[in-house]
Amino acid sequence: MPTYTVTINEQKRNIEADADTPLLWVLRDELQLVGTKFGCGIAQCGACTVHVNGSAIRSCSFPISAIGESKVTTIEGLSENGDHPVQQAWLEYDVAQCGYCQAGQIMSAAALLAQNANPDDAAITSAMSGNICRCGTYGRIKSAIKTAAKS
Amino acid sequence: MNSATQNLASKLKTSLGRRSFLKAGAAAGGGLMINFSWGVVPTDAGDAAAGMIPDQPFELNAYLLIASSGEITAMVPNPEFGQNLMTSMPMILAEELDADWKSITAKQANYDARAYERQFTGGSQSIRRAWQSLRMAGASARHMLIQAAAQQWQVPAGEIAAKNSTLTHAKSDKQSSYGAMAAAASQMPTPAEVNLKDKNSFKLIGKSRHNQEGQKIVTGQPLFGIDYQAEGMKIAMIEHPPAFGKTIESANLDEIKKMSGIVDAFIFESMKPDYQKNYFDTNAFPRLIAIVGDKTWQVMKAKKALKAQWKDLSSRTETMNAFGREVSVTIPGGLENTTDHGKKMDQALAGKLDTLREDGDVKSAFDSAETVIERTYRAPYLAHNTLEPMNFFAQITGDGVHVAGPLQAPVFIQDTLASRLGIVKDKIHIEFTRMGGGFGRRAYSHYLVEAAVIAKQVKAPVKLIYSREDDMTMGIYRPSYTVRIKAALDKDNKLVAYHVSGVGLAEHCVHENRFPAGAVDNYLAEGKAIDSNITIGAFRAPRSNFMASAEQSFLDELAEAAGEDPIDFRLALLERAKNNPVGDNNDYDPARYAGVLKLVREKSDWDAMPNTTHKGVAAYFCHNSYAAQVITVKRREGEPKVDKVYSALDCGIVVNKDSAINMVEGAVIDGIGNALFGEMTFTNGVPDKKNFDRYRLIRMNEMPNSIDVHFVDNSIDPTGLGEPPFPPVFPALANALYQAQGERLYQQPYFKPKKPS
Repeated sequence: MPTYTVTINEQKRNIEADADTPLLWVLRDELQLVGTKFGCGIAQCGACTVHVNGSAIRSCSFPISAIGESKVTTIEGLSENGDHPVQQAWLEYDVAQCGYCQAGQIMSAAALLAQNANPDDAAITSAMSGNICRCGTYGRIKSAIKTAAKS
Repeated sequence: MNSATQNLASKLKTSLGRRSFLKAGAAAGGGLMINFSWGVVPTDAGDAAAGMIPDQPFELNAYLLIASSGEITAMVPNPEFGQNLMTSMPMILAEELDADWKSITAKQANYDARAYERQFTGGSQSIRRAWQSLRMAGASARHMLIQAAAQQWQVPAGEIAAKNSTLTHAKSDKQSSYGAMAAAASQMPTPAEVNLKDKNSFKLIGKSRHNQEGQKIVTGQPLFGIDYQAEGMKIAMIEHPPAFGKTIESANLDEIKKMSGIVDAFIFESMKPDYQKNYFDTNAFPRLIAIVGDKTWQVMKAKKALKAQWKDLSSRTETMNAFGREVSVTIPGGLENTTDHGKKMDQALAGKLDTLREDGDVKSAFDSAETVIERTYRAPYLAHNTLEPMNFFAQITGDGVHVAGPLQAPVFIQDTLASRLGIVKDKIHIEFTRMGGGFGRRAYSHYLVEAAVIAKQVKAPVKLIYSREDDMTMGIYRPSYTVRIKAALDKDNKLVAYHVSGVGLAEHCVHENRFPAGAVDNYLAEGKAIDSNITIGAFRAPRSNFMASAEQSFLDELAEAAGEDPIDFRLALLERAKNNPVGDNNDYDPARYAGVLKLVREKSDWDAMPNTTHKGVAAYFCHNSYAAQVITVKRREGEPKVDKVYSALDCGIVVNKDSAINMVEGAVIDGIGNALFGEMTFTNGVPDKKNFDRYRLIRMNEMPNSIDVHFVDNSIDPTGLGEPPFPPVFPALANALYQAQGERLYQQPYFKPKKPS
């Protein structure tokens, strides 16, 4: 089984996994970083969203063999104390219902704001429409992103 | 009829004992019987909580533990699936305890039938049914703190004030925190009577408090069953037949077992052949293939490499224990198709149905009517699609089993598991994890039994995970229904006859005593279930979730035929039901029903909306609560787009205001999504949609521009909120879309993809 050295949340980690193992299962099974969720396995729901070199990607469809020197950030590494502006805004609006999709939503939102500090409604909708919330918290997600953008 | 409990303060009798747990049993009439039960102190809750707090917490009852530091642990008996019980239940406890909210930490209880009543999340009942127990638990703990202080200070208990986690005796200038008095309080006898607060003096209930689990959610802490870890744990997945009506014959298990990282692969039964199912044991596929390995991805790869042979099942009859009543269920053989389902329902509607209720003389009324309108409404199967797929952890422990994961109905599955493993119920330990959605799906937790059987077979702790495809294709869908409604107007455009007929696979959705029963002189309700081998189950507001669509779309068309405003038309019927009801078994309160319609009319500015606004209204009663929705639709690039939604709810006292608003917003979006896109179809028994690439769920770009939620302000004990706002969303949308498109909608889903040219 091949081995990989990956930089996850600013730490180098050595892992052994089949080359086609999706990053999602490396995170969840090898590194016990279970904040990144399994939803569909085919990049349709966004529950598994993480950052690779700052961009939001669906880790369920990203093989570990493609990781190279890329830096990965998961929900656990988004901020040291859980106080990233997006996380704070999520708490302010009490966005979550069941909460299962929210790590993926937050990672998509944080990637958006890193690239576009002042997204308008259309930019938010476009960046967030790959993330499904089955409980229907879209309105609060949108409000929280706007608030995070201001801070 | 739902009698409104308007008594504001109450004193509840208890019996005496040193330490307590509370029990609230369902009385024969369906109401709530309150009594304290005194007996064995439940150990699980205390032990579990002891590990959570640095200093030893003192147990005042099964719901409340107070540490010397003043930290209060509020045990939440019901499983959490996003309705935010983890905050609202502690709010009720803290209200009666007069505790400082900042010192409260919520903790999900495990399943413990000795300590808690009805640890079932479903039917919008959690708060309604726990309301008195939680209040009593808070009030009795408060009482014990006061008694302890009275003894210590040698002052009369009646002179001690308890407020904001502080006990004060003004005359002697003595003061103590709850924490400092907790040890002594835990030794006090539990009270023979407790005084509950006057509802008008609530300080916490009715306000908004942030989600107790918020920080854990936004930082990705392990909260869900799928996150569960244990030493030596293996990952298991299952493979079920690809079609309803089939079962497993054989598979290339020897090849699978040789694959990298695979520990075992075998065929197993989650139910013994002679097992009598209970109501929540629904399961089309009790015979499955298990694949067990070290890593999820390796198991997923082995699952893809599986080659199995299947065989057709023949028709069979099962007896089911439906809450103590033995019923016979026919499960037909054969591979079913959606097109045949439609024909079968039409045939059933043309034949003889079971009469559920008849008032007056319906036949004569139709014969002499001025106008008769008849319409037929059709609903597809729906998959729940909880975002967290079904999963469960299981570990065999000597003569028992520990299971942990997402489930709504532990009480029912405990018997199933005890029977399957051949162990006593007491040896089953069920731990609740936060659920990544439920919507009714997790009331049917066969996956828990599957995990336990696999764990027993491989002699290791196991976490069973369903793939999305497993989750979507294994059944327990919202049934497919057809409803026909026929009504007669007299020459004054008054509704004089109403005839509703419902059929469905494998249940119909007619509630014969609901509105407009009671408002029409000549009324007939009929229904019939059609056998099918496709399994169905409760889905957010079961039956109501389609009957509302049929009835409220139909009433809109009737109002139009009568030349009346749709709200006025409904209010006139409710006025009739209030002042001069037909029959005496109508299960709704016409005044509260009218109340939500009037509130939504006011808040949406219904009467002042310009004629160019495409608007729709609907109201519905279910799960003890009343909901009305107004939806407006705009046209965008030729396609209608939901613009504004106004929701009015009467669910009695609202516990956590902002959280309740969140739930209603979610129900609106869920309703719009399922109305527009929700649909499961079948070809030769095979579900045609297996994942979110083909099963369309609502996304951010389809959400309304605004959702404006309002609650009727009253002091009625809380009823339900998770389900009631959902059903009327569908018809309010249909009625608005009619205004925008000029075409009535009779078949869900309402969105029809453009055919490629």
